Amino acid sequence: MKNELIHLNHISKSYNGKVVLDDLDLIIHENEFVTILGPSGCGKTTTLRILAGFETPDIGSVIFSGKDITNLPPNKRQLNTVFQNYALFTHMNVAENIAFGLKIKKQSRSYIEDKIQYALKLVGLEGFEKRSVNNLSGGQQQRVAIARAIVNEPRVLLLDEPLGALDLKLRQDMQYELIRMKNELSITFIYVTHDQQEALTMSDTIVVMNQGYIQQMGTPEEIYNEPENAFVADFIGDSNLFPGIFVRDEMITIDGVPFACVDTGFGTNKPVDIVIRPEDVDLVPCGQGTVSGVVTDLIFKGVHYEMCVDVNGREWVSQSTMPCAVGEEVDISVHPFNIQVMNKPESEDEEAVKTDD
Amino acid sequence: MTKTRRISGFLGLPFVFWAAAFIIIPLLMVVWYGLTDENGALTFANIAAIAQPAHAKALLLALLLSLLATAVCFLLAYPLCMFLVEAQKTSNSFLTMLLIVPMWMNFLLRTYAWQSILEKTGIINTFLTAIGLQPLRLINTNGAIVLGMVYNFLPFMVLPIYNVLEDIDKNVINAARDLGANGRQTFLKVIFPLSLPGVISGITMVFIPALTTFVVSSLLGGGKILLIGNVIEQEFMVAYDWNLGSGLSLVLLLFIIINVVVSVISERGEEELRRRKSDAEA
Amino acid sequence: MALIFLFMYAPIALLIVQSFNKSKSRGRWGGFTFEWYGSLFSDESIIEAFTNTITLALLSSLIAVVLGTAACIFLTKLKKRTRSILMGVANVPMLNADIVTGISFMLLFITLRIEFGYSTILLAHITFNIPYVILNVMPSYRDLNPHIYEAALDLGASPAYAFFKTVLPEILPAILSGGLMAFTMSIDDFIITHFTAGAGVQTLSTKIYSEVKLGIKPEMYALSSMIFLAVLILLILVNRVQGSSRKAQEEEV
Repeated sequence: MKNELIHLNHISKSYNGKVVLDDLDLIIHENEFVTILGPSGCGKTTTLRILAGFETPDIGSVIFSGKDITNLPPNKRQLNTVFQNYALFTHMNVAENIAFGLKIKKQSRSYIEDKIQYALKLVGLEGFEKRSVNNLSGGQQQRVAIARAIVNEPRVLLLDEPLGALDLKLRQDMQYELIRMKNELSITFIYVTHDQQEALTMSDTIVVMNQGYIQQMGTPEEIYNEPENAFVADFIGDSNLFPGIFVRDEMITIDGVPFACVDTGFGTNKPVDIVIRPEDVDLVPCGQGTVSGVVTDLIFKGVHYEMCVDVNGREWVSQSTMPCAVGEEVDISVHPFNIQVMNKPESEDEEAVKTDD
Repeated sequence: MTKTRRISGFLGLPFVFWAAAFIIIPLLMVVWYGLTDENGALTFANIAAIAQPAHAKALLLALLLSLLATAVCFLLAYPLCMFLVEAQKTSNSFLTMLLIVPMWMNFLLRTYAWQSILEKTGIINTFLTAIGLQPLRLINTNGAIVLGMVYNFLPFMVLPIYNVLEDIDKNVINAARDLGANGRQTFLKVIFPLSLPGVISGITMVFIPALTTFVVSSLLGGGKILLIGNVIEQEFMVAYDWNLGSGLSLVLLLFIIINVVVSVISERGEEELRRRKSDAEA
Repeated sequence: MALIFLFMYAPIALLIVQSFNKSKSRGRWGGFTFEWYGSLFSDESIIEAFTNTITLALLSSLIAVVLGTAACIFLTKLKKRTRSILMGVANVPMLNADIVTGISFMLLFITLRIEFGYSTILLAHITFNIPYVILNVMPSYRDLNPHIYEAALDLGASPAYAFFKTVLPEILPAILSGGLMAFTMSIDDFIITHFTAGAGVQTLSTKIYSEVKLGIKPEMYALSSMIFLAVLILLILVNRVQGSSRKAQEEEV
């Protein structure tokens, strides 16, 4: 893609004997928007804190633009952080907050003044210099936290669930704002969140983490369309996740019913996991599909309807703009291209992962 | 991480040293002196001395008067706090001020002032004779000592009770009324149980200083009524029998420990309650 | 309510009245006078006791604030079990009866052959002041957003700079109220001072105690009334300022 900027080199970290990161290896490029996505406790915040310098890995090293910075204290690093709950200095006003890092670097007064104006303009808070940070709304505090970080011209901005405390509408607005700021600044953003929607919207690259491991890394499209394992499939978006048998190349069975697919190379008659996105489950009149069932639930979701179909005791979820009445008998049809085949998890750790997201 | 840990360890060093040198070791010295005689030989005589009639009498009298004073403090403080919380007019800081301000007049002087009020030719008796009544013997009585204790330690009862009463969610009280409880039932079944941690904390905070005081009894008891505190004070400052004084103090220490244990248990209970409450909220 | 108020303040009113009483005997009203307020300043022993009391309170609360605040930072970093044990130890002087604390110090100084005097009182006062500082600072330090310190480091501050510029201002109100509480406790203390003072040094408390039998000098009433009124006025002023600044803040919103 572009030049390699950060290399987290086989990092392990544990607290009181509990492993948080296990041999994590991750390369981040210049000017990339990377999102580390995972449920709470997956190790994503620890990864960010190791990058920022608040934690030191037990094993492994952090390489930043060719140099080992593993033991460099946070105040000497060319990265800045936007904290989860902003961590603004409540005894200082907006301008003083933003100037904090510049004053430490002993910049001239006019330089600081220029930088404050530039940063306030960038985050859309012109004229807020003298305001007390206590009297700002959540969204405004968020912007001050970003401004405070970027005036130091970091090469990387670390964002730790920065939108977590905002309401839905504001969160969506800020997503666009962040993309705009990133493009304007041309620096690397490393963004930590548990919100898959945020990750899909903003990122160049998504790193899905669970239990200290990277589960999958790729573009949003890759992650969504081709999840590599059941955890990723379940965590990203809604999905039908079924146990199945890979009969042979381009042929699987779910509960004994054969379906055509496009995957090859999983062996013969091997147990696998099958993912089918709800929008890919087509409900068709009886006799036209692969398998029949009865509609048990119908929910209006805004853009589409969501229907649950009982197929011999297994529940299929389907999303469609056309509703089917509860109790109606329907057939299910799935395009072979939309059937995603995954290997069964190998380790017990992954087996244990059953999230409800 | 390792560096900040080292810094905080460095910060803790003076404190740990201080606690060892000026809290733990001095207490061990009391234990040591209490368990030895003047030649340094191990003995239980100093502790057993509490059974001597004079000492036992002083201890029992101190227990009686301090329990009485604690009870009076409670009976005064609880209605006062109920009134203040319901009135809602006083802010917490105002109440604190009302109770703390007297502390800025030296407490010996304040207690001493009661002499002028209670003595034979004092304010109360002057008033009584003026309206044709017999003067009362007020000063140098057990009653005067209890009054002095209540006067000095009342704030320690008021503040914790006020704090818990103020913390009680008004909706809990409303819910009790809603479910059919009358005023008396609401108080007995809801308000009072919820305020118990504050009450216990108040009781322990009044009882110990009252039990161990020697100042109040020597100022308002005329030097004739001896409490266990006076006995210990005299052993140290007049008789210079530090071993006996320490032995008697160990007996007091027993009461203090019981008291602390009671308050810790009730605090645990309160924390448990708070934790459950926050769990329920989450 | 009013009765309790009367009960709390009647002795104080009486003492203030006493300070204007021309008669040296406290039972009799000999006419109004300011005499004691004047002679007070030429009474060297009272002035010395007053100076001792104030400097002891200042020094002991100041040192207790430093030790106590450092202890809070140290204690929050510890494991829960170790922390509660150390907190328990730190609280001993607050929970223990003053008389036991007093004699324990007396025995310590006797055993170490430290001469009783100003420094022994100071040591004792610092010790019983520390828990009041911890009591005030600990909750505030715990509630502090830990990311504030990290944010300062992240923006390039050294650990010391980060502490003094961001952490300290946030917990300053708690430190001040802890210090004030310690100061008050130190001023008001008699019992512990009684056991640690020895013969040479007197504070206002020990001086009053020694005068009780002979009759307290009217200058002492005058001094105490002055201190009391000064503190009262100060507290009212502080309350006013706080109230108005809070109001101003609310108006800004």
